[in-house]
Amino acid sequence: MSRSFFARNPSVLIFIAVLALFTLAVTMASEAAGSGALSTSFVKTLGKTLCLCLVALAMDLVWGYTGILSLGHMAFFGLGGYMIGMWLMYARTESIVAASMSNAAIPPTDQEIVDAIGTQIFGVVGSSEFPPVWAFADSLWMQLALVVLVPGALALAFGWLAFRSRVTGVYLSILTQAMTLALALYLFQNDSGLRGNNGLSGLQNIPGLTGVPQADVSLWFFWASAFALGAGYLLCAWVVSGKFGSVIRGIRDDEARVRFLGYSVEGYKLFVFTFTAVIAGIAGALYYPQAGIINPAEIAPIASIYLAVWVAIGGRGRLYGAVIGAAIVSLLSTMFTGGQVPNLPLGFYTIHWVDWWQVLLGLSFVLVTLFAPKGIGGLFDLVTGRRSPERHGADLGPDSGSFQEKEAEE
Amino acid sequence: MSQLLEVSGVSVSFDGFKAINNLSFSIGEAELRAIIGPNGAGKTTFMDIVTGKTRPDEGRVVWGALSQSLLRMSESQIAQAGIGRKFQRPTVFEDQSVYDNLMMALKKDRSPWRVLSFRPQAEDRGRIEELAAEIGLSDALDRKSGELSHGQKQWLEIGMLLAQEPKLLLVDEPAAGMTLAEREHTTDLLKQAAKTRAVVVVEHDMEFVRRLDCKVTVLHEGSVLAEGSLDHVTKNQDVIDVYLGR
Ligand SMILES: Nc1ncnc2c1ncn2[C@@H]1O[C@H](COP(=O)(O)OP(=O)(O)O)[C@@H](O)[C@H]1O
Ligand SMILES: [Mg+2]
Repeated sequence: MSRSFFARNPSVLIFIAVLALFTLAVTMASEAAGSGALSTSFVKTLGKTLCLCLVALAMDLVWGYTGILSLGHMAFFGLGGYMIGMWLMYARTESIVAASMSNAAIPPTDQEIVDAIGTQIFGVVGSSEFPPVWAFADSLWMQLALVVLVPGALALAFGWLAFRSRVTGVYLSILTQAMTLALALYLFQNDSGLRGNNGLSGLQNIPGLTGVPQADVSLWFFWASAFALGAGYLLCAWVVSGKFGSVIRGIRDDEARVRFLGYSVEGYKLFVFTFTAVIAGIAGALYYPQAGIINPAEIAPIASIYLAVWVAIGGRGRLYGAVIGAAIVSLLSTMFTGGQVPNLPLGFYTIHWVDWWQVLLGLSFVLVTLFAPKGIGGLFDLVTGRRSPERHGADLGPDSGSFQEKEAEE
Repeated sequence: MSQLLEVSGVSVSFDGFKAINNLSFSIGEAELRAIIGPNGAGKTTFMDIVTGKTRPDEGRVVWGALSQSLLRMSESQIAQAGIGRKFQRPTVFEDQSVYDNLMMALKKDRSPWRVLSFRPQAEDRGRIEELAAEIGLSDALDRKSGELSHGQKQWLEIGMLLAQEPKLLLVDEPAAGMTLAEREHTTDLLKQAAKTRAVVVVEHDMEFVRRLDCKVTVLHEGSVLAEGSLDHVTKNQDVIDVYLGR
């Protein structure tokens, strides 16, 4: 990355600096540093928020820049979580089982240990056999590879089918909703091999780190999340800064025109869709060890809709907008739904925020869409004076040639 | 003379309405050709067929020395094969600068991986400055193209076409909505371009066509009514009846 990259994109430097300062501040205020100003659970919340910012970045790339309103990216996020969750659960159960069996008079065989792990993990769904999808669960490296490969492969297959048939607009959005719904319903089944609606749990206990207090583990994951967000931001900024960014914004604004310039629009869409799915998978793999549990409800269609709402509120088509939107809305959401905001007594009625938060969120989404289409990120334009041109694409009518509103008025 | 593009026996209908009816047309290398015809004659549809946007019901569209059929190629493949197109209404990427618009059009590898790692070299920037000078937008390179006047957008689009270095340029009503001075500049640009490549211009305006000073094809109800010099076709009784006499 040359110096001119930062010169042309000063917001990248600012973002990285802010992220670094934030990470430093949280570190110093954490229990691990002996301060205790921030509880361990709040550090986890902040770490999770950074992961949500990362997946929002992916959403902004695919929607804000390329114009594909995918309402299925949380499926990739969830898959990333499942992939790492399988190793976490397997390895931890293995250590517990091995410890308990080591006291037995006759040392257990390897097969006996595996069987015991199977019984432990799959007992809740009335089984003890390892399904084929767990084939690599004993290998951290394989599961880490799958964090990238599984969401990537699903996105590639889905995108290939959808884009090749030139499915666009609202039809594509519906299709992505169908994809995430189908995946969630499949995972809900007990015989899907991923423990049905129980999901994977105990993910906060990192195998091999049993002696390390959660205060430390939470901080490590917070650092990893901050690093991933920073790296993801740099990568995305690099992708959108050059000619590639020009082409995908061109696809968003007028895809037919891009085709006639000789670019394979379908190829570009597939590229962006798959790339962002991989980012989402990585974000999920960092999120769920901090959340501790993943189950199929996490990839319900509504999750991906929320993701779109965050990006819309933050301001799509600019990377920091997506991050701001995800951070603010998801933190507020945690506060409101967690009962941290005092109820509002109106005399005749008391507003319980736990119930009313959804309404508030929905309302803000509508208001932002109507009155501030550039979202929160648009506020920065007031400072920098960036303006977008008047867009009046339509002709007055077929017969007036190419006269447009403005020329006609003059 | 070897033909660059040969369209033969092409028909296409929309919901039973024959927009193009057994049309045959050919153009050689480095030839300037004007297509005239009343509204709805099928001029834009003809361009849609050549550029792969519309698939004809029957007929052949053959391209280049290798006689490739364009009918099996996608829009982007056809564009890469060397056919550039200017739309009836100016379509530039309004949210992006003039420079970015031209850079996107510049003839380069179009595959995603290559585009991702592409960083403009001095010669690319030089080429863009040359093009900008040609279309009279040297001072506007950093402006968003959405801020340009209507005529400037048309030129930018022509500049983007030239940047693609196509062998055949299809230009749909370039002079619509332009002032007289702008029209003259546009004629010059097109005549200049036709020195090194084939250019097909669809136009309504007779004065504009006269200034192009080239062979004219008259389209009517989806097929060729007459072909020849402007003076020749304007004397043709059929042409007078359906087009000029109105
Ligand atoms: N996609 C389409 N669907 C239905 N009718 C069309 C379509 N495109 C063009 N037509 C019809 O075909 C005829 C030729 O249109 P066009 O090629 O645009 O004419 P022009 O010579 O004015 O450019 C018109 O009657 C138009 O209504
Ligand atoms: Mg037309």
